[in-house]
Amino acid sequence: MSRASQSRTPTRAAESVVEVKSKFEAEYRRFGLKRTVAGNFQEFYRFLQSIHHIRGMDVRLCYADIHGDLLPINNDDNFDKAVKSANPLLRIVIITKTDDDSMVFATNSLQRRKKVMTLPGLNPGATHSRGKSVPQIGPPQDFRQISSIIDVDILPEAYRRVRLHKHGTNKPLGFYIRDGVSVRVTPHGVEKAPGVFISRVVRGGLAESTGLLAINDEIIEVNGIEVAGKSLDQVTAMMVANSHNLVVTVKPANQRNNVYRGSKTSVGNTGSVGSAGSIGSALSHDSPSPASQSNPITASSSQAEGDSDDEDDEGDIILESDGLNPYSRDSARNGAAAAGRPFPQSVSMPNSMGASLSNSASYSQDRNHNHAGSSGRERMREDGNMITL
Amino acid sequence: MMKFRFRRQTTDPQREKIKQELFAFRKTVEHGFPHQPSALAFDPKLQLMAIGTKSGAIKIYGAPGVEFTGLHKDTTAVTQILFLPGQGCLLSLLDDNTIHLWELVAGVTREVGGVKKEGVVSLREVDSYCLPGRPGIESSSATRVTVLHLLKSCDLLCVGTEGGGVYVLELPRLSLKENQTLLQDHVTQSLPDDYRCGKSLGPVESLQEHPQQAGKILIGYSRGLVVLWDLSSRHADQLFLGKQQLESLVWERSGNLFVSSHNDGGYSVWAVTNGNVYNNQPVSSTIPYGPFPCKAIPKILWRTTQSSSPVILYSGGMPRASYGDRHCLTIQQDKEHVTLDFTSRVIDFFTVHNVDDDKEFDDPSALVVLLEEELVVIDLLTPGWPSLPTPYLAPLHSSAITCSCHVTNVSTKLWERLINAGKAQQSRRHTHKSWPICGGKSLAPPPKQQELLLTGHEDGTVRFWDASGVALTPLYKLSTANVFHTDCDPVDDPHDDPDMQQEEEEEWPPFRKVGCFDPYSDDPRLGIQKISLCKYSNKLVVAGTAGQVIILGLNDERSDHLVDVSVMDLLQDREGFTWKGHDRLEPRLKPAPFPPGFQPLVLLQCLPPASVTAVALHAEWNLVAFGTSHGFGLFDYHRRNAVLARCTLHPNDSLAMEGPLSRVKSLKKSLRQSFRRIRKSRVSGKKRVLTTPTSKVQEANAALAEQEEVAPVQRRIEPRSADDSLSGVVRCLCFADTFLRDGTHHGPTLWAGTNSGSVYAYALEVPGVGLGRTCERGGASESSMCVEAVLGKEIQLMHRAPVVSICVLDGRGKPLPDPYEASQDLAIAPDMTNAHSVLIASEEQLKVFSLPKVSAKTKFKLTAHEGCRVRKVALVLFSSSVQEDYSEHTLVCLTNMGDMHLFNIPGLRPQVRFDCIRKEDISGIASCVFTKNGQGFYLISPSEYERFSLSAKVLTEPLCSVQLHRHLEQTFTCDGTPTHMQANGTHKNQMGQAEGKVDVPLSTLPSPLLDTPLDSPLSCADLTLDSTGELTVEDVRDFLTTVDEEENNLRNMKDEEGRSPGILIN
Repeated sequence: MSRASQSRTPTRAAESVVEVKSKFEAEYRRFGLKRTVAGNFQEFYRFLQSIHHIRGMDVRLCYADIHGDLLPINNDDNFDKAVKSANPLLRIVIITKTDDDSMVFATNSLQRRKKVMTLPGLNPGATHSRGKSVPQIGPPQDFRQISSIIDVDILPEAYRRVRLHKHGTNKPLGFYIRDGVSVRVTPHGVEKAPGVFISRVVRGGLAESTGLLAINDEIIEVNGIEVAGKSLDQVTAMMVANSHNLVVTVKPANQRNNVYRGSKTSVGNTGSVGSAGSIGSALSHDSPSPASQSNPITASSSQAEGDSDDEDDEGDIILESDGLNPYSRDSARNGAAAAGRPFPQSVSMPNSMGASLSNSASYSQDRNHNHAGSSGRERMREDGNMITL
Repeated sequence: MMKFRFRRQTTDPQREKIKQELFAFRKTVEHGFPHQPSALAFDPKLQLMAIGTKSGAIKIYGAPGVEFTGLHKDTTAVTQILFLPGQGCLLSLLDDNTIHLWELVAGVTREVGGVKKEGVVSLREVDSYCLPGRPGIESSSATRVTVLHLLKSCDLLCVGTEGGGVYVLELPRLSLKENQTLLQDHVTQSLPDDYRCGKSLGPVESLQEHPQQAGKILIGYSRGLVVLWDLSSRHADQLFLGKQQLESLVWERSGNLFVSSHNDGGYSVWAVTNGNVYNNQPVSSTIPYGPFPCKAIPKILWRTTQSSSPVILYSGGMPRASYGDRHCLTIQQDKEHVTLDFTSRVIDFFTVHNVDDDKEFDDPSALVVLLEEELVVIDLLTPGWPSLPTPYLAPLHSSAITCSCHVTNVSTKLWERLINAGKAQQSRRHTHKSWPICGGKSLAPPPKQQELLLTGHEDGTVRFWDASGVALTPLYKLSTANVFHTDCDPVDDPHDDPDMQQEEEEEWPPFRKVGCFDPYSDDPRLGIQKISLCKYSNKLVVAGTAGQVIILGLNDERSDHLVDVSVMDLLQDREGFTWKGHDRLEPRLKPAPFPPGFQPLVLLQCLPPASVTAVALHAEWNLVAFGTSHGFGLFDYHRRNAVLARCTLHPNDSLAMEGPLSRVKSLKKSLRQSFRRIRKSRVSGKKRVLTTPTSKVQEANAALAEQEEVAPVQRRIEPRSADDSLSGVVRCLCFADTFLRDGTHHGPTLWAGTNSGSVYAYALEVPGVGLGRTCERGGASESSMCVEAVLGKEIQLMHRAPVVSICVLDGRGKPLPDPYEASQDLAIAPDMTNAHSVLIASEEQLKVFSLPKVSAKTKFKLTAHEGCRVRKVALVLFSSSVQEDYSEHTLVCLTNMGDMHLFNIPGLRPQVRFDCIRKEDISGIASCVFTKNGQGFYLISPSEYERFSLSAKVLTEPLCSVQLHRHLEQTFTCDGTPTHMQANGTHKNQMGQAEGKVDVPLSTLPSPLLDTPLDSPLSCADLTLDSTGELTVEDVRDFLTTVDEEENNLRNMKDEEGRSPGILIN
């Protein structure tokens, strides 16, 4: 331990070493990694396997970026990116491939995962048995989600509810709104009412890249609040206030790309969103096809979003504080995080358990040290203080 | 989120009833001087004065506290007002050529403060009339009314028109008496040929009834002809063939003489002698400021006196070349001659004099002059004709108002000292004669407490106003300019120096400066930005545009002393920034005389000298905190040392450093845009002239281009970036005795909030304050100890919106009392046993955080729900109008939409919403100031405060009765309260006002997921206090925690983490 504390000061000053904290299930490892000679993904992968004693196990590596999103490391490029983006700590999460196939990399996936994982944690057998049999359905896994169409099942067909994840990208939201006149068909005839419309979509912006918002789309709601009767400035303020997680319901100017629900979709009214397939929502392009088609992508993502809504509306960023005693504070938070995890063993983890863990950690440290020394890789230097509670 | 919970807030009838007893919105009274007055009238029998404005308002004033307001349906300028003397009726002529009849009517008996008030009178429009165009005359301007005159009998109204016709209307029905109409042709026929010479007589300029012989009126035409017309016999008694263009006429009381004033700056006296029909020459004719060309005399009055020769009063007539730009009114009697020199245009004037028929002379007692920006009253009975201070209609804007501050419940002691200081200031030229306009009787109960309104002005003065009642009366004026060395030292001011005055009187015309409207500031840096007054210790802090913070104390004696200067650099460790804004003000190096009143003790100068944006005073701890766009500082004025200076600048924020010059960019841009627009309009204008076929395409193009230009406004949707310019501006500061270090020890703290949503909390060590701290350091003498500040917490609000207000709530959720209130048993001591919390109001959200661990307890996301942004916030104590001892602390929010949202604390549940100010009225919203008991003020024009009340119990409104000569009929307005309309700018229709319920915007979109247990925190319908789900973690940096506390925190976190869904992974 004394060695570790000695080595810390110079590394921090040099800024060339990245602190890495990797986590596999409930175990943490902390080590240093030279930024300049970080090496390639394969080496890193093997190193992590060895440090966690999971050699031979098929795992996926993820890291938490500054927005708290969980992003994959599966090639040299994104490994490089991960090392670069670490300031000062690189958080690695190791996931066994088998039980996490349904994982989504998306906004705040880091936090959301905890909640989702309560289920498999409580009933691990069921997940594992189903994991193999169910074909992989879901959004592409190695991409960051920036937008989604949600609530297809409950919205009128002419409307589209779009969620934009600002925190997922560096792109500007990139659209403008204007006042306009909206025409609606009512039982009394055609009615004109003031409305708010998208007036411009900036090239290269988030709104354009999603392809879900277009010029002259009428804005019906912003994050669940109807804009009818509100002024342009009010709607602007509402959108800006929600910009980190903006959900706009629009009436697309081009109604031909709408999602049509067939007659069967009345099932959806019962509120069973959970069964993704049962909702006959479809993205049909030219001709509305019969109800049989389904679009599980939108449906399942909508569910995933729905779960996270209650917590992440603020898009919290826990900024790294450069306060007086960052290490002790880190440790406090780590401990809190570990304690807060819904794994049964960590919730009930008493002090003795912590002690035993630290024992095992020191053990692994020794082993790792040996390993590093034997393999002669100097650029990956283990940095002590691996498990702190 | 889209799964709305349709849990409508169940309207608890009990709660609704309480709300009704607590909250009620009314605009009660307008303080100050009406904006853009355009007409004046006086009722000598009722002693009431009426002022009409360009926005169509009529305001009647009597004795102080007696006020009536009426508003025409159209916002058209009132050009003339006439009282029906003694009847409580008045006629108004508008710019759109309509005549309106108004009446004072008795309202329903009102209960005020438990006492039933009978005979409360309000103003109401009864009838209106528009003179029909005559078929024979093509020009519509022919029937444009130029002048109204009411006959003494009050049953006939003569109307003079542009076309030269005189029409007679019957009152009170306002019906035209066809057979009485006198057209110009009638008059021209009887004129001698050489005078007629084929020309028209011009519009009717003046109508005056013969003072002795009823039914005979003097008609003055613009060309100069004056006709004495007999209404009953319908023929001209006499003709006065004036040659000079006529401006006005006035009778001498006896009816033997009349005086006409003319366009060339002269006036003529004509004798009315029976016999000869034609009068060619006036008795006398003078041009008082001749012989060089003079400006017109628009109005002249001739008042006889018993003691000596008549008093002649006339406006204008100045020599065109030398004094043509002055606004003057001349008073002349024998050899005495005074030219009153005003700073704004003379609208109209009248004299208060005897009107009884049995009196032989006018004997005027006072002259009332309505100017564009103020009202001046001259005492005509006292030799030298001094001016009389006005008890109301004060020109608030004598120098532009830059900020305001309200102090409730001022002690009698301080009040008296202020009044004495104010009396000492009044110049010699003021008399203390009683106010001549004294009609009506105020029925409003005497104010229960004295209220002070402090206004800061551009010229560096702070004015203290008595805001306890309906009439806003000036008390005392404090000038901060003499702390500094300015180009124009106030000592050299000409009108304070008697010697200069002497010299002035020898010049011709004998000018005398009158009135206090002086919009020109010597130095804009003197402008006052923030004021804070401690009413217990009589300490005042005034902060200005050039980064000056002046701490003043009250002293009843005149004093010559040197003011201590302390300089505080807010940038300290920052480098590479240069301030390109204005310089600091140079403090005076020699001792300066300070008159009794507030006298400066210390001058604090922030560097760079940017405008002060926030100020907080804690007189009990002798501390002053101030903030600018660069940071904030803390100063101990007792020991005269700087405690803390903290820079809040974002490293990337270079704009703030350059000072006000950064505005140039946008100015340049807007200039460029406006030039483009002008150029474009010129181009398209020319195109229209050309009609060649080839230009058609161009024309179409131009039209297209124009269309593009007028394309509907669009707004960009982009989140607030972290490094917005001016992010470091300190928006609010607050002192509180609370728990910042830990949950068991409380002590002095300082809180500061910035434009970018950062909040800094400092723990203060004040010698002699705090639990047990003095004992620890018992050895050191108090004077040697210094105040210390330690950074405790830094909170970064995630939405980064500017922090509007910070307030600490005690264990009961009530705001902490003011300094001294707790220690001197003036308020209920705060609850220090339970955990405190801090309320942080940003432009977008209201949030309550627990203390000392800053974790969110409740919040309300106003912008996300309503799309409006918070502009002003105040914690107000609302008392129930029914239950004597029931009151509630409520958070009042004024938004950029101009509406008031009321929230309970600390639950932050919306209570009521009221529309108050038009959203376009930005200066109105910016000037709003709240009192602590549920009233407020905002500027409706540069010169007027609108007073409003949000409380059902506390309201200050005019309640007056007038003894009328006619029977007051009872009228029943449907809602029992007279609808109060507003004169200037900001009227919103009453329909939209005072929605007593919180709007619950619910989606009408079909949502089959009604009964899912998932709740949406974004849905407005979800107003539960259960905050576990919406706990959001802002970035809170803790700097004070010690090791054992950390363990505590850790334990807390563990506990909380168990239910909080968010896990922090470092």
